[in-house]
Amino acid sequence: MPALSPKILTANTLISGEVVYLGREGHWVTTFRDALLIVDPVTANDVLAEAEAQTGTVVGAYLIEAAQSRDGRPVPTHFREGLRMRGPSNLFHGKQADQPL
Amino acid sequence: MYRYTDFDRAFLTSRTEQFRAQIRRRLDGHLTEDEFKPLRLMNGLYLQLHAYMLRVAVPYGTLSSAQMHRLADIADRWDKGYGHFTTRQNVQFNWPRLVDVPDILDSLAEVDMHAVQTSGNCIRNVTADHFAGAAADEVADPRPTAELIRQWSTDHPEFAYLPRKFKLAVIGSQIDRAVMKAHDIGLRLRHDTDGTPGYQVVIGGGLGRTPMIGKVLRDFLPQGDLLPYLESILQVYNLSGRRDNKYKARIKITVHETGIDAIRAAVEARFQVQKTRFDGSDQVLLAAIEADFAPPAPVDLATHPFETALKTNPVFRSFVDTNVAEHKRADYAIVTVSLKKPGATPGDASAAQMRAMADIAARFGYHELRISHEQNIILPHIHRAHLPAVFQALKAADLACVNIGLISDIISCPGMDYCALATARSIPVAQQIALRFQALDQEREIGPVKVKISGCINACGHHHLGHIGILGLEKAGVESYQITLGGDAGADMALGTRTGPGFSADAILPAIERLIATYLDLREPGEVFIATYRRLGMTPFKTALYGEKELSDAA
Repeated sequence: MPALSPKILTANTLISGEVVYLGREGHWVTTFRDALLIVDPVTANDVLAEAEAQTGTVVGAYLIEAAQSRDGRPVPTHFREGLRMRGPSNLFHGKQADQPL
Repeated sequence: MYRYTDFDRAFLTSRTEQFRAQIRRRLDGHLTEDEFKPLRLMNGLYLQLHAYMLRVAVPYGTLSSAQMHRLADIADRWDKGYGHFTTRQNVQFNWPRLVDVPDILDSLAEVDMHAVQTSGNCIRNVTADHFAGAAADEVADPRPTAELIRQWSTDHPEFAYLPRKFKLAVIGSQIDRAVMKAHDIGLRLRHDTDGTPGYQVVIGGGLGRTPMIGKVLRDFLPQGDLLPYLESILQVYNLSGRRDNKYKARIKITVHETGIDAIRAAVEARFQVQKTRFDGSDQVLLAAIEADFAPPAPVDLATHPFETALKTNPVFRSFVDTNVAEHKRADYAIVTVSLKKPGATPGDASAAQMRAMADIAARFGYHELRISHEQNIILPHIHRAHLPAVFQALKAADLACVNIGLISDIISCPGMDYCALATARSIPVAQQIALRFQALDQEREIGPVKVKISGCINACGHHHLGHIGILGLEKAGVESYQITLGGDAGADMALGTRTGPGFSADAILPAIERLIATYLDLREPGEVFIATYRRLGMTPFKTALYGEKELSDAA
C-alpha cells in the first residue's frame, strides 16, 4: 500500500464529550502531544475500526491529518483540530485550561 | 405569563424520566449510538467540538426572573458559569456532561422550562417579537398564539419525523422584529376590514445554503382556523417535502419547486377536511392562555427622576436614546440590555449577569425578561421613573453597554469555537470589529448598521440579512470570510449581495474598516449605512474592498 500522510485517531468520550486521541500505549489520552502518529494505512484502518466498535467509551471516531514538530511531538495540520486540541479562542476553557498542551 | 398546568408538568416529568432511562440504556450498552442519537437530539442535546451542548428553549423569548435565576444556577452547577443566548430565542450550555443532563432537565422542569424539540426534524421552539405585549405599534400580543402553537406542536405524533426541521415565528406588528419571513411559517396578527382577528400566513422562508424570503400563503386567516390550517400546511409538507436530499428538504424548497399557487391549492384542499376535525376547544384554550398574558397592572408614578437624569447625566441620556424603545404606555419604556460589550462574546451572559438581570426585572419590571433574536435581553415593562435606577443597576453588573443597533451590536453564531458544523470562527471576528470601532470612538458617528456573522453556510448568524453580512468558510485549509451587503431583516426583508472574493482572517477587519470609511465619505447628511448602500449600489463599496484595478481586471 502507498505511504500514508501521518494520521491521528480522535473521538469524543461518551460520558463527557471530551476530545480524546488514541495514545502511544493504545489507550485514549486527552492531550494531542501524547497521541499516536500513524503512518501505516493498514494500522489506520484497524484502529479506526476498533474505535468504532468501542461504542460504550467513545463516539464519533475519525482520523485526522497531523505532522511531527521539531521535538518529535505530533501537531494538527488543520485549524479545526487546533481548536479541538486547545479549546475555544474566546474563553480560556477546555483543554487549554485543564492541562499543559 | 403562561402558567404551566398539571398536564404540562406531568408531561415534562415523564419526558425527563424517559430520557434518563434512555441515557442509562445507552451507558449499559442496550442502545447503540445510532439508536441513541435521535433520542438525545429530541431532548436538545448535541455533541459539539469540545463537549456536549444542551439547547434549552425559551418559548417566544419570554422568561420570568425565577427562570433566569434557574438558568444561572444551572450554569454554575453543571456548566462553566455562563450561558449563550441564540438567534432562535434559545439558551445553550456548552459544557454539560451526558450523565448530568437528566438532572439539568429536572431542574428546568421545576421552573416550567424544557429542551424538548430544540433539535431534530420536528417543529422547533416557536419564536416571537421580543417586544411582544409592550410594543407601541402592536395590533395584539403574539405570545398567546405562540403558546397555543407550542402546546399543539409539542409531541405532536404526526409531525415528529418531518422531512427536515420546521420553524415558526409569530409577530403582532407591521414592523418585523422576529425575522418572520425567514421562517418555515411566519404568522402576523392582523384584523380583517370588519375587525375580525386573524393572521397573515407566510411560508417558505429560510436562510441557510439556499436563502429564501417567505411568500404569502393566505393574506387573512381567521383566528379560529389557525390550528387546522397549520396542520394542513404540515400535512402537505410532510407528504411532498423531499426526503431524498437533506439540502432540499426544507419547505422553502418544496414551495420553490412546486410553486406557491400549487401549494396553496393543496393546503386549501386539505384544510376543508382538517377544519371539520376541530371542535373549537382549541379556541377555548387560546382564550385561557390570553388571560395569562394580560398586561401587567401599571403603576402611577411621577416621572421627574427620569427627566432630571436625562438633563443632568449625558451617559444616561445616551443610554435612553440608544437602548430604550417606546412602550405602548407613554409612562413606560422597553429597555434592551446589550450582551455585546466590545470584546465580549455576542449572546453570552455570565451567571452573575443573569442573576443581576433577573433581580432588576423582579424589582422594576414585573419579573419579566425577553430574549431577542439579536442575542440581547429585554426588560419589556419599565416605568420611566425607574429608568435611572435600572441604568445604575445594569452599570453595576457591567451590563449598561450603550450600543443597541450600532456596529458593535453584532449577531454572531458560536462558529468553530464551539460548533461541529462550522467552517470558520465567528466570535473572534465579531470581537475584533466591536473593539476596533470602539477604539476609533466612531460608533455613534457611524450610526445604525447591522453586522451579522455566520461561521458556516447554515447561517445561524443571519448573515444574509445583515446590512453587512460576513460568512466564514474554509478555503485551502484556512479561514476565509465572504462579505455580503444590502441585506435587511425588517418588514422589507432583503438578502444581501456578495461583494466578491473572500478575505483571510487577517484581512476581514481592514475590509470592514474600508467599507465603513467609504460610507462615511459618501453618505448624505443623516443617511444611515443601508440607505447609502441602496442609493449608490455596490460599486463604491466594491472598489473600496478590492481596488479599481482588480475590478477592471475582473470585468
